[in-house]
Amino acid sequence: MTLHEFIFYIVIPILSISMLLILWRFLKGPSIVDRIIALDLIITIGIGFIAGYSILTNRPSFLDVAMILALIAFLGTVAFSYYIQKRNKK
Amino acid sequence: MTDIFVAIFSLSGAIFILFASIGLIRMPDAYLRISVTTKAATLGIGLLLLAATIHFQDFSITTRVFAIILFILLTAPISAHLIGRASYFSGVKLWKHSIMNDLEGKYDKVTQELKSEDVEELKKRKKKEKELIKKKPLK
Repeated sequence: MTLHEFIFYIVIPILSISMLLILWRFLKGPSIVDRIIALDLIITIGIGFIAGYSILTNRPSFLDVAMILALIAFLGTVAFSYYIQKRNKK
Repeated sequence: MTDIFVAIFSLSGAIFILFASIGLIRMPDAYLRISVTTKAATLGIGLLLLAATIHFQDFSITTRVFAIILFILLTAPISAHLIGRASYFSGVKLWKHSIMNDLEGKYDKVTQELKSEDVEELKKRKKKEKELIKKKPLK
């Protein structure tokens, strides 16, 4: 088994399964906080997907996208928490 | 040889991410979910990115990947703390079996103030002081 087959048949399917599990929590989530946590984790797994895909295709330039995605995940989480805190203020 | 290391690191990273997602589904409470996903997912992503550095073995890519890992290690606890704080203040309930709640009674939901003393006790003490002043007016 070569490395490409290993990543294609084992690592990326595991990441896809975890993405599906988180999507279920995202759709079901009882409160809005659970949905925000699930969204944060989905973006984090997207970074992992990009790392695996850059190994698979031998193109390291995909890692730039991963950096920007990490930044956007942090900004989105901060904005959502700020919004939740302000929403309750009357 | 490097292929084996890349396979080991990427597989362990993927498994840690799978643990994080299972924890997100199985945990009974928003706060426990936050605590699970922050730690396990950060470790998993770090291992996956380390696998990429081992595979490419290029200085510019290594610095880039270490910048990403450092950024994630810095921001993951901050965002988890912010979400936990916002969810506590917006009234998300704890799990019924959780034991400790250090902020109980210290947060006033009307004025949105967090005090180091108990809010109810503070109100009682102020009432008592007012009554004392009414009974014995100062000169």
